[in-house]
This record gives sequence, C-alpha cells and structure tokens, in this order.
Amino acid sequence: MLSKRLIICLDVRDRKTTKGVKFKGNVDLGDPVEMAQQYYEDGVDELVFYDITASAEGRPIDIEMVREVAERIFIPFSVGGGIRNLGDMREVLLAGAEKVSVNSLAVRNPEIIAEGARAFGNQCVVLGMDALRVEKSSQIPSGYEVVVKGGRERTGIDAMEWAQRAEELGAGEICLNSIDADGTRDGYELNITSRMSQAVGIPVIASGGAGTSEHIYEVLTTGHADAALIASMVHFGTHTIAGIKEYVTGKGVRMRMSW
Amino acid sequence: MAKIAILDYDAGNLTSVERAVRHLGGDGRVTRNSSEIRDASKLIVPGVGAAGSCMESLENLGIAAEIQEAMKKGKPILGICVGCQIIFAESQEDGGTRCLNLLPGNVVRFRFPENVSRKIPHMGWNRVEFTQNGSRHPAFAGLESNSEFYFVHSYHPVPESSNDVQATAIYGEVKFTAAVARDNLVAVQFHAEKSGPHGLQILQNFLDWNPS
Repeated sequence: MLSKRLIICLDVRDRKTTKGVKFKGNVDLGDPVEMAQQYYEDGVDELVFYDITASAEGRPIDIEMVREVAERIFIPFSVGGGIRNLGDMREVLLAGAEKVSVNSLAVRNPEIIAEGARAFGNQCVVLGMDALRVEKSSQIPSGYEVVVKGGRERTGIDAMEWAQRAEELGAGEICLNSIDADGTRDGYELNITSRMSQAVGIPVIASGGAGTSEHIYEVLTTGHADAALIASMVHFGTHTIAGIKEYVTGKGVRMRMSW
Repeated sequence: MAKIAILDYDAGNLTSVERAVRHLGGDGRVTRNSSEIRDASKLIVPGVGAAGSCMESLENLGIAAEIQEAMKKGKPILGICVGCQIIFAESQEDGGTRCLNLLPGNVVRFRFPENVSRKIPHMGWNRVEFTQNGSRHPAFAGLESNSEFYFVHSYHPVPESSNDVQATAIYGEVKFTAAVARDNLVAVQFHAEKSGPHGLQILQNFLDWNPS
C-alpha cells in the first residue's frame, strides 16, 4: 500500500520564499534552498517550488536555485511557474527536479502535456489547476471552472473535463488548487477534490485551505486525495511535519513515518 | 578513489543519481564512453523510461556489451528502477522486450485481483520488507524492514529463484520484488537516489562494498 504524501509548497520570488498574507501583501520567509533542506530533514515527502513572478515577468525560472536544491535534498520535488515550452521543461528536469508543473501554459496549449509526457515520461508532468466554484451550466457542468492568473481570469473550461483531458494527454498527476479555499485556512475544498480524484486514474494532490492537521486528515480520507499540499501551516511555525503526520497516522491513515 | 560509472543511455534523470553519489563523496560520473566504463571499478545502471527504448539505446551505444563484460569480471553493479528490470531475461513492456539476462526471471505489468483497483504507475512512498535471514546482501545492511522508499513504475520483476530476492513490497494486494542481489549484482526497483536518508544508505553501502 502506498503512503499518503505530505507536500510542502514554496512560493519563490527573487530567490526568497514568500507567502501572501491578508492585508499585508507578501511576506518574505527565508532562503528557499535552506528551507527545503530543513523540511527534507524534518521528513516532508515531497516539495514544490513555484516561481511566482517568472510568468508575469516573461523570464525563465531560476534554474540555479533548482540545481542547488537538487544537490541538497534527496526526495522528489517539482518546479512550476514560468515554464514556457519543452526546452524549459527539459532544463528543469536536467537541473534535478523530478517533475515539472504546468498550469496556464497547458490551458493555452494542451499539447504541451502530451509533448512533455512523450519526451520525459508521464510521471514528470504535473498539471497544476486553479478551480473556482461557479453556477452549474451547460459549459461548466461540474460547477467548477478553471481559472488562471491567480484566479483573476476565467477560462470557460470545466475543471472535471480538464482533469480528464489532461490524463488522456498524458499528465502523470494533478495538483488541484481551490481558489475559494486558498488562504482561508478553513479546510480543503472536499467536494471537487473527492470527485476529481475518483474520476481520474492518476494521483490528485489537494491544495488550498489547509489550516489544521484535521483538514489534512479530512482531505486524505473524505476528499480521496493522494497527497495534501501545505504551506503557511509550516512556514509560520504553527505546525511541524512530525506533528501533522503523527495526528493523521494516529487516525489510521498511512504516511511515511521514518526517515 | 574508486570510480563509479553511471551509465548514460538517454534514459533521463541520470543527474539525480550522480548528485546523490557525489553527495556521499563517491567519484561518480555519467558516461557512455566504453573505455571509461571499463576503467570504472563499479557500475550503476539508472533508468527512467520504458524497457524497450532502454534496451535499444543500450544495444546501439554498445553499453549492453560493457555491462555483460563487467558482470563476467565480477565488478559491482547496481541497477535502479528500469535498471532493475533490464537485468532479467525478458520484460512484457513494449510488446515484449529481450533484456540482458543477467538474472533468471522476467518483468511483468502490475495485475491486481479482480476486486482491487489501484492507480498505475505505482508512484509514491511504499514500505519495503527486507529479507531477515542470514542472506542479506551488504548493500542492504543496516536497513530496517518497513522503511519507506520512493517508487515510480508500472512493471515489476519476477525472479525465477527466491534466493535472488532481497526485499519485497505490496501494492494493490500484489506482493512484488523490490530488490534483488546475486554475486556482484544488486538492483532496486525504487529510486534509491530520491528516497531520502534510507535510499542514500543503500548508495553508501554500495560505494563501501568491496567484494573480494
């Protein structure tokens, strides 16, 4: 049996880990490479790095940072934000990332998923998706719409249909972020997470809304997620990896407990 | 220092193995050069991808012959992931692929019991049970059973002889071989280079291992 994964996300800007905080804008939290190493030693199962300004600034991802991470941590990690084409994907993988995450690029050009999967293997391609709860309609039958640019731009694409399409194209995994839950710390969006995880044959990582260990337990059971992504819970020191894992395994969900 | 040749056959992700070996102080280098491979005192056969294309590259680049030669000479060889599959006689992947036949057995796709449904590939951390009898290979020294390792694969080896099996894991109620060893050859189905300290322990054991 596979263990459920606990994944920590580091949003990176100008070589600093950053996190949006209500009414305060973004707060710098420290050096991403050092934070990654600490989380690795503390027993996180996987890491995700998002270069949050590369895309808007039209520049490539900070590849030197990816290399430094790869030299110091020996668990899988994925990199996203600012991936523009197959060449960028190759560069990130050669620098030592296990997976590449595509989000708005895949919305503009779905074929990039197939091309990446053919070139590097399905397991290397993660579809990142931001989903917004909307009125059900003929265009959006699931009631969840794919949005881009941090939720500012709607795409008219149904989130469930997009997940199935991405699987057909060859995505190895889906990271589903709920725009409604993101930043609330009120818990993950269990409805869409559960439906999507059961509708596709590839792992679904739940993202957005984690505030307590109970939320993580919920999304891994009721939400049927294969992995739970967290950020502020550990970045701000209110929770530890060991504490979360002990809570979740104590309630009967298997996680990696020794490292 | 002993040179470790990490075989480069376009399988991707070779740099991760090289980084892990160097992190441990080993003189590992990715190479496809025959004389460099012959110079090396140990070989690592990494692998991400399909058995068919891996075997094709190995043959075309002349690396398959180098591995056979190293095997005869008794050089330590470590196979990882697909490198743990192509050491057997045959794989079901890509419509049937003839492999290196260093160990008797074949490689099959995961087939679950009828009432069990699981996602394929088997991707993520899973518990590995190492053999407890006196036959544990030095590459797996010091590892506790039920340690977890990182897997990404859709096929798994089925060795002919249970004596070659060093570890097993369970997925979808299927108990499969996760590590094998015979003489100078050891191989793991999981990614030792991405399995945290336990994985590094195996690589360290392999670096330290000097069969007489």
